Amino acid sequence: MLGWTIYISFLGVAVLTLLPRHNARAARVVALLTALTGFTVALVGTLKADAGLNTFCDVSWVPALGIHYHLAADGISLTLVLLTGIAAVAGILFSWNIEQRAKEFFAFYLTLIGGVYGVFLSFDLFLLFVFYELAIIPKYFLIAIWGSTRKEYGAMKLALYSFVGSAMVLIGIIAAYVVAGAKTMSLIELAQYPFPEHFQYWAFPLVFVGFAILAGLWPFHTWAPTGHVAAPTAASMLLAGVVMKLGAYGSFRVAMTLFPLGAKAWQMPFATLAVIGIVYGAMVALTQKDFKFVIGYSSVSHMGFVLLGLMTLNEIGFTDRAHTRELEVLEGMDLTKALPFAAGTFVVASAASMGLPGFSGFVAELQVLIGAWRSFPTMTVCAGIGILIGVAYTLRVLQKAFFGEVAAEVNPRQTESAALSRAQPHGLEPISGPERIGAVILMAATLVIGLYPRLLLDLIAPSLNSPLFEGLRRAGAL
Amino acid sequence: MSGVGYFDILKLAMPETIVALAALVVLFIDLGIMRPAEGKFRRMIAALVTGTSCLVAIFWMHQVQQETAPGFLSGLLVVDPLTQLVKQGVLVLTLFTAWISIDSTFTDHTGEYFALLLLATVGMMFLVSAENLLMIFISLELLSLSLYILTAFNKRNLRSAEAALKYFLFGGMAAAFTLFGLSLLYGLTGSIELRPIAAALKGKGLDPALAAAIVMTVIGFGFKIAAVPFHLWAPDAYEGAPTPSAALIASGSKVASFFILGKVMMLGFAGAEGNGAWRAFASGWVPLLAVIAVFSMLLGNLAAIAQSNVKRLLAYSAIAHGGYALLAVLTDNLQGVAALIYYVVTYALTVLGAFGVVSVVEERAGEARFSDFAGLSRRAPLLSFCMMIFMLSLAGIPPLAGFFGKFYVFTAAVNAQAKNLGLLWLVIFAIAMSAVSLYYYLQVLKQIYVAESSTRTPVIKASAPLQAGIVLVAAGVLALGCAPNLVVGALSAAIKAAGF
Repeated sequence: MLGWTIYISFLGVAVLTLLPRHNARAARVVALLTALTGFTVALVGTLKADAGLNTFCDVSWVPALGIHYHLAADGISLTLVLLTGIAAVAGILFSWNIEQRAKEFFAFYLTLIGGVYGVFLSFDLFLLFVFYELAIIPKYFLIAIWGSTRKEYGAMKLALYSFVGSAMVLIGIIAAYVVAGAKTMSLIELAQYPFPEHFQYWAFPLVFVGFAILAGLWPFHTWAPTGHVAAPTAASMLLAGVVMKLGAYGSFRVAMTLFPLGAKAWQMPFATLAVIGIVYGAMVALTQKDFKFVIGYSSVSHMGFVLLGLMTLNEIGFTDRAHTRELEVLEGMDLTKALPFAAGTFVVASAASMGLPGFSGFVAELQVLIGAWRSFPTMTVCAGIGILIGVAYTLRVLQKAFFGEVAAEVNPRQTESAALSRAQPHGLEPISGPERIGAVILMAATLVIGLYPRLLLDLIAPSLNSPLFEGLRRAGAL
Repeated sequence: MSGVGYFDILKLAMPETIVALAALVVLFIDLGIMRPAEGKFRRMIAALVTGTSCLVAIFWMHQVQQETAPGFLSGLLVVDPLTQLVKQGVLVLTLFTAWISIDSTFTDHTGEYFALLLLATVGMMFLVSAENLLMIFISLELLSLSLYILTAFNKRNLRSAEAALKYFLFGGMAAAFTLFGLSLLYGLTGSIELRPIAAALKGKGLDPALAAAIVMTVIGFGFKIAAVPFHLWAPDAYEGAPTPSAALIASGSKVASFFILGKVMMLGFAGAEGNGAWRAFASGWVPLLAVIAVFSMLLGNLAAIAQSNVKRLLAYSAIAHGGYALLAVLTDNLQGVAALIYYVVTYALTVLGAFGVVSVVEERAGEARFSDFAGLSRRAPLLSFCMMIFMLSLAGIPPLAGFFGKFYVFTAAVNAQAKNLGLLWLVIFAIAMSAVSLYYYLQVLKQIYVAESSTRTPVIKASAPLQAGIVLVAAGVLALGCAPNLVVGALSAAIKAAGF
């Protein structure tokens, strides 16, 4: 059933390619319908799913190599699929104004969405990798064609970083496959294979970093700020809200599940990197003039929390990792439109981002910190400082953009881009109806999860008891 | 040779005979009947005959399942499921090469062009079937000579002549090396058949004469597959040759050459492998090929970054892909053979499609510089989409054939020495290099999808049949990537049966 989220997205792409070239309206409607259907399927599928592992489809794909087409979902996948559904719908609403080559825009957009669904639902390493790479290429085009400031540079940087990351993952996957006897690519079977310790020591960091590059792990985060600045609104939202989660998901689902001993051994170094990311991202965000750079760096900081949560190697920490931050999605909204509604939205989003109680951000960060306290108290303190700085930059941005003087300061980006004489007309268009709806959807989701976190925790927690994580448990992690 | 009549041989060599006859038919029709007709019509008819003969030959192999006993005719003509399968692949590639030639106006000598195309194909087919040094050399020469002429076929273009001369001079030199190597091998073993040669070499170790034989042979074949440092002809030949000729050099010729290289190495030099594992090197042909592969991947990928002409870019990328394919050869096992064939066939198909798109653009713009591709997605959406499939497949992005090909090769290479992951270093290098390659393939796509076309560039419209051919190739690349088992299953079965 949930497999249809993938097929529907690709079906949408097929329908889009058949549409007449200049009918932007039809393209929008088709895209929105596709995303809505996908989200509905995800929602229904989640409600129907059991607590354990739900397999929808498992057929032999390439028998000679033991590759299966295996789609399944546990609680972690389900949450992320739901999030993807919400973000997909919101992203299309935010892109409602795109007139230039709208058909192609939505085709690339839905390809990306389909790939992301696929990653979250794959339980075969090969299949997972196929979907993972499939999600890289559309990002390049989305940014390079419809982006703004230094778009070609930003897009290429993002594509190359992602591809280098996936190359590392590929090495790890092939090595793991061969070491385990070259008979199966199934994540479940491989997770039960006892990989030799010395192998795990080098395979774990390879795969972990390979995925974590996409999650903005410091010092491989530099694609994130440039990517965010260059990306069009919807793509930026997906970047922060979904694609960076892909990286974290991969780190967890593949690297940590397959190589628990390696994870144990590398716990400290990677936790340190994550904390550096938190503090560094927040501090750099504090000094940025360009709004989108603030978002870019803050996403690095936020993902630091997710990665720190992973490296705590205990249950409380893990539950956060899927405990998603829709607010980042929200932040991606084009805030250069200094208008009342945007102000209201951004206040909510940044309140959530600062971690005020009552929003999902608060619960998530609290969970991570509690989890981290058990493993490494010193670092937790540093991460706490990161939160404080986060509050500082968010307030600063809020103050400047929405409550400050209507001077050049209001929209620093505009003056900058003017200075760079880019042909980027930044008229203060009013926020359109669809954009409002999109923002409301996201805010609602943020609030709901913040006020009632059990909704997600109940989904995620049981899946950590599945045999898939036997290795991690045995390593004394869970 | 006792008991084998001419009729039996003719029956075994029926596919080759069909193709050779078709070459004569094309010549006859074009020179005898079609002379006064319009150029486009002539090309259509010639391509039709060419394509039909390929299809008939494929159909024949499909229907008449023949097999020769081991040692039959001293290995001059080996017919087994594996060679049949590879030959079918070669024929499909020739078919599409003829298909993408129908819009090309570089020559008036239509009949000669298609006849040479078919003769080159005959050369490839015999090459695939050969397990005998003499036959290998003869068919290699038939193939090469046809390709030299095809390269020079654009008589109005100075570059074409230059390219052909370069190709010819390098090729002649390489042929001499090959012949020298093969004669040394004969001198060492007293046989010209691959399997008896291996039997005679068994247990002898690597004496200097054998080492020389290996090196010479590898030089000869290295030229055919454009491996570094024998690649110098490739960029000029690809750029100067008429695009359909370049497509044949890059596709069918590569498939046949790689297959025979794998055969000579794995069958002929069995026992002189050496070891290419990290920190466990032992001299033999495996480490030799490993070094060549590393340099091919390195130079091919790095030099491709600097190109601004799509044909030259494809030439350097072909060098790099030669490096990846060499990994499959040096696995020295059955899975490697399957991976090699899958890889080179899908690569050839992809690059053929890419050349098809290039030829359309070149026909209108006169050249194939990056700027000629600017904004192509607005001028020719369908062709641009096909080009995107080809470029991404070459870069190894799933779910396209190029990705599964690379995955298959890399897995086979690591699996070859599974105990200590001996060849992992090569695979790591290859994967790193393929990450580099994404950059320049994206450069092409950037021109097509992102860049704005200059105002005076016209709408590009390929003729319907040509467009259909290119779309068909793109669909094939997509299908082979999504359902690799279409080929892998048959391939594995054939290889087991062939007792490679």
